[in-house]
This record gives sequence, C-alpha cells and structure tokens, in this order.
Amino acid sequence: MTNQTLAPALAFDGVSCVFASNEEAGARYVAVGDTTLHVAPGEFVSVVGPTGCGKSTLLNVAAGLLEPSAGSIKVFGEPLVGINSRAGYMFQAEALMPWRSAISNVAAGLEFKGLSKAEAEREAGEWLKRVGLGGFENRYPHQMSGGMRKRTALAQTLILDPDIILMDEPFSALDVQTRQLMENEVLALWQAKRKAVLFITHDLDEAIAMSDRVVVLSAGPATYPIGEFTIDLERPRDVAEIRTHPRFVELHQQIWSVLRDEVLKGYAKQMEVTA
Amino acid sequence: MSKPVISGWRLRTAQCGLLACIILFWHIFTDPDLLPPFYFDNPDQAAFFFGRPLEIASRTWHWFSSGEIYRHLGITLFETSMAFLIGTMGGLSMGLWLALNDTASAILDPYIKALNSMPRVILAPIFAVWFGLGVWSKVALGVTLVFFIVFFNVYQGVREVSPTLLANARMLGANHRQLLRSVYLPSATSWVFSSLHTSVGLAFVGAVVGEYLGSAGGVGYLILQAEGNFDVNTVFAGIVVLTAFALLLDALVGVIEKRLMVWQPKTAQSERL
Repeated sequence: MTNQTLAPALAFDGVSCVFASNEEAGARYVAVGDTTLHVAPGEFVSVVGPTGCGKSTLLNVAAGLLEPSAGSIKVFGEPLVGINSRAGYMFQAEALMPWRSAISNVAAGLEFKGLSKAEAEREAGEWLKRVGLGGFENRYPHQMSGGMRKRTALAQTLILDPDIILMDEPFSALDVQTRQLMENEVLALWQAKRKAVLFITHDLDEAIAMSDRVVVLSAGPATYPIGEFTIDLERPRDVAEIRTHPRFVELHQQIWSVLRDEVLKGYAKQMEVTA
Repeated sequence: MSKPVISGWRLRTAQCGLLACIILFWHIFTDPDLLPPFYFDNPDQAAFFFGRPLEIASRTWHWFSSGEIYRHLGITLFETSMAFLIGTMGGLSMGLWLALNDTASAILDPYIKALNSMPRVILAPIFAVWFGLGVWSKVALGVTLVFFIVFFNVYQGVREVSPTLLANARMLGANHRQLLRSVYLPSATSWVFSSLHTSVGLAFVGAVVGEYLGSAGGVGYLILQAEGNFDVNTVFAGIVVLTAFALLLDALVGVIEKRLMVWQPKTAQSERL
C-alpha cells in the first residue's frame, strides 16, 4: 500500500508521438496516440502488442531519447527533461562497444560517472560474475555468443543501479533455452533489488511469466493501451514451470483474446501496405 | 578440385622460382654475349634500354656497402613518415569535425569534392615554390594524398556509428566529450586503420614523386640523376630499393594493425555461437 503514497516511477499522461511520413511528403504518421500508463516503483510491467505498433517508441520516450509530440512524462513526479538519468535501458539490438572488452564495457557507465578505471573495473568484475561471466572479462563482443553479449549488456545496465529499468525485447534474438535462463536471472536480480521495470515484448508467455501487470497495446497507427491485466501469480516464479500453472493458462486465454484481434488488425495493415 | 591449395615451403619455392625465371630471362636477353642480336642492330642496345640484372644488383650492393644510399633513403623515409603522420592527424580531426558538425559539412561539401577530384600531383610545382626544394615540399605533396583517404574513411565511419550504440552510451551517462572519446574516436580510428595500407603507400608515392620532380636528395632524386645520365641500371636499382622499402613499410603496418585491432572480428570468428 506504500506504493500509492509515492509518485509513480514512470508516468505517461496523454503521450502522443507523431512522425513525418516516409511515404508522402507532408503526411504524418501517428505512432503513439494519447497513451496514459503509470509504473509504480518496484513494479514489473510488461507491454505487449502486435509488431510495428510503436512499443519501442514508448520506451524511447521513457528513456528521454525521444520527446513526445504531446502529453507529459514524469519520473518520480518530476517532469522529464533530456535523458532520463534514473533509468537504465537494455536495447533490442547489439549495443556493446565492439572495441571494449566485456569488463570495460560493463565499467563504461561508472567511468562516465567519473570513477577511476581501476575502481570501475573492480565493480564491473563483480557484476560479470553475478551474470555468470566470471573468467570472460577480457573477451571482446565478437568473441562472445549472443547470450553472453546479452548478459554483458544486462550487467552494463544494472551496474549503475538505475531506479527504472527499460527493456526492449532484450531476449528476442536468443534461442528458447538461453532465453528462459536469462529470464529467470533477470527475475532473480529484480527480486533482490525491486526496481521499476518497463518490459517490452511481443511474446505473451514471457510477459505473463515475468510481470506484475501486462498492458496490451492496440495495433498501429496511433497505438494506445487497450487492456490491462494484473498477474496474480505468486513469486518467486520459474518462467518454465509457471507456464503449466492453471492460473497462467487462464490469464493467457484472457489476454490473448484481446491481443489476437489487434495482431490480426496489424497483420491486415501490413498486407495492405505490401499490396 | 579436392586437392589442397599450394602452401608452405612449396608455395615459397614456387614464388622464388618465378622470380629466378624472370631474372634469368632478363639476364639472357640483355647480355650481348649470350644471345645473337635478333631485334637490335647493336648487341649492347638491349642492355642500354632494359638494364642488366647483374649490373643492377652490383649497383644496389655498392649503394649499401658504401653507405651512399642511407642519406637518400633517410630523406625519403622521413618525408614518408611526416606526410603520413600529418595527413592522418589532419584527416582524422577534419573528418571527426565535419561528421559531427552538419552546418560546416554542408557548406564545405562542394569544396571537398572539388579538392578530392583534382589530380593533386600537379600541386607539386606550387609546393616547390612555397616550401622550396627541401623535404617539406615533398611532405606537403604526400599530405594532400594521405589526407583525403583518411578524411573520407573517418567521415564515413563516424556517420555510420550505430544509433543504438550511441543511444546506449548516452543512457549510460556519457556527456558530449565522453561520447567523442569513447564512441566516435574509437569508431573513427578503426576506419583509419582500415585505410592504413593505402595511406602509407600514398605517403611513399608523394615523397618519391615530389623528389622526382625536383629535389636535392632522396631516392627519387637518385633516379632523376641517373635518368639524366641515361644510366638505366641505376634507375632500376632505385626502383628495386623503393619496392623493397614499400614492402617493408606495408609489413610494418600489418604488424601494428594486428596489435591494435584485436577487438575486430576476423571473418572466420564472427558470430560464433
């Protein structure tokens, strides 16, 4: 109940994002339309929606990388100006610096803060061990597997101890087994620190297994939340085991019935464009 | 087709054998005593036009044993390294600056295109007037050749830094200077290295061509002198020395590249899962 007395970690209020269209000069494309979404401190919220619906746009707004065309975004009650310094962002694409070894990639954030290289790398070494990469400190990104690179990126984000963690389909490029391992690791780390998480995914199973709340977005353009589901499964959870839980199946059916129509709409939209 | 490609000592033997064949062929066809003249009226004429390998070898040997060549070689290599250093530094900083400054790059764009498409070797006489016949006019010529190679590589490299990588560094708290130091500069340097072989080669070309067009020292000067005396053997000896040192420089660059670019994936090991 204490959460209600605090300002939300992230508060989107009537956020819209409009882009100039690529296809016609002067035309506009509304990626996100009038979205209101609050994430409480310590809450794990997943956002699911059909592909190309503007999920990443929403995350970029929360990170401060993109200014919304309308509406406001508040971080712990303060209006967001510039980069969101209380947030850590785990990108969908490769974001490690290829010219830095694993340890110095993880240490980068601390170095930017002004810590000495030695100090930053000592802490980075501990974080690498925490994500299961002890002994791989001096590997360069190209010498690591996709899963190892994601772990490094996770350590790189979490070492700064952000109050808000933004994740943009971080595991979509991984194989199923590695993915489940990573999901469990993220849950364990989250359980220990209880930070606000805004997790974007197109995988409904992943969303339900990990979150406190799942938000379904409509098909684009002008995407907005059309449904919210509280996931009342007990924690700690194991993402692989929980999938067979009767409540999980029930929730999955409920959410999927909402999501399915949007996925079909999104699909029809894409076919229209290609036709 | 399943036979393995030639390699190891067999390859070396074949390569040396080919060189020996060429030199032998050259020797036989330019020696007035070995073959009856079938094209030139005078048996010495072939040697006059094409030089003789033994003469060339002895001339080269004489240069090194008497120490005569070292001063000239030193001059040429000094010009090469200065042209390389100044050209690379200039290209790197200019490339970084223009890639990060849209206004400046928009204004300067046509000028850079014009300067790049100009045959820059014709600047040599102007440099000779400006900087005299000493080493600096050759350095200037080399710089104009190296600068653009590095400049375009860096410019392209900085423009193509992955937006995700930039966004990530910004999210990790990098300010403008830190972005420059830990994202733009390393990315640009990797492009400088990819053009290193070309730019060292061009610095060498700039130095030698500059010397050849007018100078008081350097291997290009030796060649120019010999040509004035119709001494084709010395011209060839100069070419041999230049080629040897060009290969040496290239090998040196290869070693440095290997040391500094450990983070770059080799094609065979990229995306190993």
